[in-house]
Amino acid sequence: MSKLSNRLMQTSSIVISLVSFMLAILVSCIIMLFCGYDPIFAYSVIIEGSLGSVRSFTNTLIQATPLIFTGLAFMIGKKATLINLGVEGQMYTGAMVAALVGMTPLPLPGVIHLLAALICGVIGGGLSGALIGFLKVKFGSNEVITTTMLNFIIINFCDYLVNYPLKAEGAVAQTNKIVEGALLGKMIPGYQLTWAIVIAVIAALVVKFILEKTRFGYEIRAVGLNMKAAETAGIKVGGVMMKAMLFSGALAGLCGAVHVTSVGKRFISGFSPGYGFSGISVAALASDSPLGIVLAGIIFGALKTGAMYLNMMSQIPTEFVSVIQALVVIFVSAPLLIRALIGADRKKKGGQRHAE
Amino acid sequence: MNSVEMIDIVKQYPLVRAVDHVSFSLGEGEIHSLLGENGAGKSTLMKILYGMTSPDEGEIRINGKPVKIKSPKDAIQLGIGMVHQHFMLSPVMSVTENIIVNHEPRKGWLIDEKKAEQQIQELIDRFHFNIDARAKVQELSVGEQQRVEILKAIYRGANILILDEPTAVLTPQEVEELFVIMRNLKNDKKSIIIITHKLKETLAIADRISVLRDGKMVESGLPLDNVTTNDLAQMMVGREVELNVRRKNTNLGEDYFRIQDLKLSERGVQVLSGISLTIRKGEILGIAGIEGNGQTELIEVLTGLRKADSGTITMGLESIHGDAHTFLKHKIGHIPEDRLTRGLVSEMSIEDNLILGYHDAPQFLKQGMLQKKNIQSYADEAVNEYMIKTPNARELVSSLSGGNQQKVVIARVFKQNPDVLIVAQPTRGVDVGAMEYIHHQLLQLRDEGKAILLISADLDEVRSLSDRIAVIYDGRIVSVQQAEDADELSLGLLMTGGKEARHEQAV
Repeated sequence: MSKLSNRLMQTSSIVISLVSFMLAILVSCIIMLFCGYDPIFAYSVIIEGSLGSVRSFTNTLIQATPLIFTGLAFMIGKKATLINLGVEGQMYTGAMVAALVGMTPLPLPGVIHLLAALICGVIGGGLSGALIGFLKVKFGSNEVITTTMLNFIIINFCDYLVNYPLKAEGAVAQTNKIVEGALLGKMIPGYQLTWAIVIAVIAALVVKFILEKTRFGYEIRAVGLNMKAAETAGIKVGGVMMKAMLFSGALAGLCGAVHVTSVGKRFISGFSPGYGFSGISVAALASDSPLGIVLAGIIFGALKTGAMYLNMMSQIPTEFVSVIQALVVIFVSAPLLIRALIGADRKKKGGQRHAE
Repeated sequence: MNSVEMIDIVKQYPLVRAVDHVSFSLGEGEIHSLLGENGAGKSTLMKILYGMTSPDEGEIRINGKPVKIKSPKDAIQLGIGMVHQHFMLSPVMSVTENIIVNHEPRKGWLIDEKKAEQQIQELIDRFHFNIDARAKVQELSVGEQQRVEILKAIYRGANILILDEPTAVLTPQEVEELFVIMRNLKNDKKSIIIITHKLKETLAIADRISVLRDGKMVESGLPLDNVTTNDLAQMMVGREVELNVRRKNTNLGEDYFRIQDLKLSERGVQVLSGISLTIRKGEILGIAGIEGNGQTELIEVLTGLRKADSGTITMGLESIHGDAHTFLKHKIGHIPEDRLTRGLVSEMSIEDNLILGYHDAPQFLKQGMLQKKNIQSYADEAVNEYMIKTPNARELVSSLSGGNQQKVVIARVFKQNPDVLIVAQPTRGVDVGAMEYIHHQLLQLRDEGKAILLISADLDEVRSLSDRIAVIYDGRIVSVQQAEDADELSLGLLMTGGKEARHEQAV
C-alpha cells in the first residue's frame, strides 16, 4: 500500500511539474493575446522550429546541453541545502580555464588535449564552488551573497582577460580559437550538434548514480533532509556541504568547458545568456531528479530554439520564452496551489496516514 | 442531555477501516478520556467530530440535535474547539492578538484592542490560566502556549473541547496546572475530551473513559471506579501488559563509563556545573529531572555533539575525545531525545535510517559504494526483529506512526551492539505496546552487560527501569541513590530543588 502511496507521491511531483508547465503555457498564451499576438500561431511556430526537422531538433539539443549541466549543478547544491547562485560564475571559470588550455598548442594528441581542457575546466569550476563552500562552513557566510558577489568578480575578470591580455585579433572581445584537434567532434556530419549533449546525459547519469549509490550521495541526502540528524549520526555536515559545492562548481565548470570546446570554439565575452540562472528553472521543473533535468533541459532548449525561429517568422519577441520560463518557476514553486487545483492534496492525505 | 453523541460512525480509508461502527457520547460538564494505541482510530474519530474529515456512515448529534460538520468552521460554530498537539500560534504576537485573530472585536474600522485585552484577561482570571494577556507568545513556556490555545477555543465560544495529547509536551508541574484548569472548565459546564497515552493521567483527571482498538470501540463510557492502569493498558492492547517491568539485574559488572567533573557554560550561564557519574557494566543509571536542567546539554556532551569546557569521559581505561563520529565508533550508542529533530531523517526510507551513523561500516560500504543488498537484508531483518509495522523497509519513515518511528531509532542503535548507551526519552509519545517492548529491549541489553544511561522526563519510567537513580537540578547532580530507596515524593522534591535548598541552609 505504502509503496503505492510513495509512488503516488513521486508521481504527484511529476504531475505538479506537468501541470505547472501547462499552466505556464496557458498563462503565456493569455499574455500573448493581451499583447495582440496569436498564441496558437506562436506555439505552432515554436514547435515547428524546435522539433519539426532533424536540423531543428539538433538545434534544440544544442540549446539543451548547457541547461542540463547548470540544472544538475544547481540541484546538487540544493540537495545539501545550499542555494548556489554562482553556477554562472563557476561556468565562466570553467570556460576560461578550458579555453586557455584548449587554445595553447600542446604536443598532445587531440583527444588528450580535449580531455585536458575539459578536466582543467572542471577543476577551475570546482575550486570556485569549493571557495564558496569554504566561506560558508568556516565563516558562516551566506552562500547566496557570496555567490552573487563572486559572479561579478569572475565574470568581469574574464571580460578583462578577453578584452586585454588574451584578446584575439579583430574587433570582438574573444580569445584565440581552440586548437582544431581539441574540439568536440560533430555527432552527425552536416549538423552543428556535437558530442556535448552525450557528455551532459552521462553527467546526469553519474549524478544519479552518486546520489543513490555512494556514501557521499547518502550523506548529502541526509544533510539536506535533516541536518541535525545527520550531525547526530556523526556525519561531518560542513565537509559534506563543501564537497557538494565542489561538485556543483565542477558541473558548472564542465558546462563552460564543454561550451568553449563545442559551439563556442573559443571564449567569447558574454557567451552565456544566463545559463547558470536558467539552471534554477530547469532543476525546479525537474523537481531535482537528475533524469528529469535532462528532460527539462530539452524542453527549455526546445522553447529557446523555437523562439529564435519565431523571431524570424513573426513580430513576436523572443522574450516570451523567458516569460514562460519564469511562469514555470512560479508555478512549480507553488506546489500547494497546483495540488489544490488538481485535488491531489486530499488523495495524498487519505492514502498516506490512514488511521492515526 | 449529552453534549456530543456520535452514533455508529464508520470511516473507511482506501485500505484501512480507521473507524468501524463506533458510538461515542460525551456528557455535559464531563471530562472524558479517549484511549487507544497509535492507529487505533482516536484521532480519526476526533477529526470527524471537528469537521476535518467526513464519516462514511453514522450520525453526529450536538446537544441532541443532529448536525452535519463539514469543516472546522462548522465545528467552531457548534461550540466545538480543538487543541492540537502542535500549536498554531504566531510567536511574535501577543497572547491577545493570537486569540482574537479572525474574531476581533471592532470599533468602527479598527480593532478594539483595549476591549479585546480586557475580555481575554477576564477569561484568564476566571479559569486561572495564569498568563499575561499582553505577553508575547515567544516568551511563554510550552505549557503556557498550550493554555493560549485552550483560551482561543473558549474565546470562540467552545463548550466542547477536544485536547489531543495535551500532556505529551508538558513537565509534571505543567500537567498539574493543566488539570487545575480542566477542572475549572468542567465546573463551568464545559465538556472535555482528552486524547492520551498516559494512563496515570487518565485516572487522575477523567470521569469516564472510552477505549478504541483497531478502529473498534472496546469500552464505551466506562466510569473510572476501581480501575487500575494495568486494566486500562490491557483494554488498549487487548492482552496482558507488564507496565512496571522491574527486573533485578543479576549481571552487575565493573565500573565502565565514567564522567568526571563535566562543566559547560553557554552565553555566560553555567548549564553543567561539574557533573560526575559512573555507570557499571550491566547497569541502568537513570537521570530524573525536570526538563531544562541540563539534560540536553549533558546528552550532547556525552555523544560528542558538543565539547565540554572541562571534564573527562572515560570508557574502561580509555578517555574519549572527539566528535559524534568518534563517539559512535567507540560503541557509544545514542537514542536522541527527539526522534524527529535528531533521530531520524523522516523523508528518507526506513532502510536508509536504519544505517544512519553506521553507514560507513564495512558491512554497508565498500570503496565508497553503498552495499544495497546487504543493507536491504539487514533492514528487513531489523523490521522483523523489532516488529516495525510497515509493508517493507523501503517506505519513508514519515509514513510510520510515532511508536514505529521510535522503533527504527532503537533498532538502529541496538542492532549495532553498543557497549554504552545514552538513551533519552526512549518512549516519548509512543503507545503502551511499543513502550513495553522498548523497556524490555533496554532491560535485555542491560542484562547483556551494557552500561546504560537513561534520561527521561517520565519519572515512572526512570523508577521502573533504573538500578540507580540520579537527580539533576540546575546543571548539577543533587543525589544518587539505589532505585529501591528512591520514593516518588523525595525524588520530586529533589527535582524541584526543594531538598537541596534546605540542605544548603543547614550547611
